Amino acid sequence: MYIGMIAALTAHASTGGEASPEERGLAIAKEADRLSNGYGDSTANLRMVLRNRQGLTSEREIRIRTLEVEAEGTRSLCIFDTPPDVKGTILLTHTHKQADDDQWLFLPALRRIRRIAAQNKSGSFMGSEFSYEDIAVQELEKYTYRWLRDEPYDGNDCYVIERVPVDRANSGYCRQVAWLDKEHYRTWKVDYYDRKDELLKTLTFKGYEKHLDRFWRARQMEMVNHQTGKSTILTWSDLSFRTGLKEIDFDRHSLTLLR
Amino acid sequence: MAALVIGMSAWTAGGAGELSGWIAVEGRGFLNDPLYRGQDRDNASIAAQPEYYHAWENGSSFTFVPFGRADTADSRRTHADIRELNYLYRQDNWFVRMGVGKVFWGATEFVHLVDIINQTDLIEHIDGEDKLGQPMLEFSISPSWGTLDFFLMPYFRERTFPGRGGRLRTSRVVDLDDTIYESSSEERNIDVAARYSRTVGGLDFGVYVFRGTSRDPLLATPDLVPPELIDPEDVNDYKLIPFYEQINQFGADMQYASGNWLWKLEAYFRNGYFQDYFAATGGFEYTFVGVGGSNTDMGLLCEYAYNDRDDGGQTIFQNDLFVGMRMTPNDAASTHLLMGFAQDTEESENALSIEASRRFGANWRLILEAWLFLDSADDSVIHELRDDDFARLELAYYF
Repeated sequence: MYIGMIAALTAHASTGGEASPEERGLAIAKEADRLSNGYGDSTANLRMVLRNRQGLTSEREIRIRTLEVEAEGTRSLCIFDTPPDVKGTILLTHTHKQADDDQWLFLPALRRIRRIAAQNKSGSFMGSEFSYEDIAVQELEKYTYRWLRDEPYDGNDCYVIERVPVDRANSGYCRQVAWLDKEHYRTWKVDYYDRKDELLKTLTFKGYEKHLDRFWRARQMEMVNHQTGKSTILTWSDLSFRTGLKEIDFDRHSLTLLR
Repeated sequence: MAALVIGMSAWTAGGAGELSGWIAVEGRGFLNDPLYRGQDRDNASIAAQPEYYHAWENGSSFTFVPFGRADTADSRRTHADIRELNYLYRQDNWFVRMGVGKVFWGATEFVHLVDIINQTDLIEHIDGEDKLGQPMLEFSISPSWGTLDFFLMPYFRERTFPGRGGRLRTSRVVDLDDTIYESSSEERNIDVAARYSRTVGGLDFGVYVFRGTSRDPLLATPDLVPPELIDPEDVNDYKLIPFYEQINQFGADMQYASGNWLWKLEAYFRNGYFQDYFAATGGFEYTFVGVGGSNTDMGLLCEYAYNDRDDGGQTIFQNDLFVGMRMTPNDAASTHLLMGFAQDTEESENALSIEASRRFGANWRLILEAWLFLDSADDSVIHELRDDDFARLELAYYF
């Protein structure tokens, strides 16, 4: 029923009839959200390569576990493996569709769990060009949407939509512009505009692969900061879905048991 | 028992363990000549803490973390410890841990009041954040309404104190050979603890009860010292005798996050040999994200510590205000800076600490730290450290 409704909405949107750009944008975002959700849980290895303006690189390796929680949001764990001085550090995030996210950092040397009180998500994630809001699971409800135009990108017919963060005070951006292909609603490119509405960063996606015969995931994501000349490449590997993770695995107390 | 058998069979099934850890060289330079006889002025040391970890498919794991340091100035600081040596068996919502472990409870930044499971390895660092491994049996269960942890601790670890040659000590050396225990079982007294903790929205809280040997020794005055222990050459070289009382302690800690504010509170009520008393510490941390359009986060901290124990000045933080600043540039080198200032609200006593660190390459980390004991009141512990302002440089290799 719900799926049918969305499909109807999308079909309506693509005809370009009476729907306003806002309605079309929301319909596209909803369909993309619907298609990417329902995986249950996932585990993956993430390799980050940070490159500065001089071309010097440094690397981080992170294991990521995520769990969808019906109606509430997403739970995620980032377990740092390298560099070795941060090995064992864990970031736990409970994203909520309607409320502020909860976030904790586990510091292994002291066996200490510290709450992160930064509702402001514009800070850099691990010194990379990705901020916490870029890396976080994109809950549909955290943006408002607007369809801008249709145009081809890299051989795919794409919708170009604009997303504006709902909590503007705590975002590093005034808006984002995303290119999603019409066939599978996969994101290929995102332009991030800073608070002064100047182009700050561009994220591009490469190597989409289909998992569980349904979920498209990019193997590589590159974020380029136009203002600093720095960039970060994320490469995903060993992606698994429906591994049997439970809510208890994402409990604050479990942080002291993970490696 | 079943858990143990399953664990053992998994052991024989094999799998790869992993080795990590660090090795570090450290130098401490002091601004002033030492006040007390026998002390070296400065010191250098080398320390290592490897870590072996092995996990099995069934959710159980084995951890071994030995630690050792060799120091040029203080023979006691040349020491070794088993930080962890334990076996963990985990099921969905419960686990059992057996062996030497490490557990931290608490929320505040400057004073760690409620943290009680592990003894402080004070000789390692004056901030008291280094801990000795604690032999324990831990059982934890997490039903839908929170987490319950139970601890059985069959062996007590004495706090470490600097020796005669070391700086950052009291004028009288703490004698570790004549420790007095209230319990007739001495260090074999069985300590127990139970804790309930839970997260509700932005609030994390825990309450606990501990019954057993206090981790904080009372240091007995020279009058109590047997005359044969006194060095006739030096009246300043009286020993201090640690006395460990039996206590019942009821503690609570909480962290509450709201927007960019983090509120922290720790408190306990302790019933011991001499008197019952109450202690609390609390405050806030406010984080400015992306200061001035940069990537730098700046946290401002403010905490207050209160303690109504009447112990002749042995408690360093009796009625103190702490302010601090944390700077995180969020750069590739994970640079970190923390400054703290402590001010006694009753006496003109204060101290300043600064700690900065950054990574070099993939494996090296440099830490620079300085402590200044600016002003002190007579007869306080800080007064005894008044000439021990120091800077510490540490270079660590992580693997």
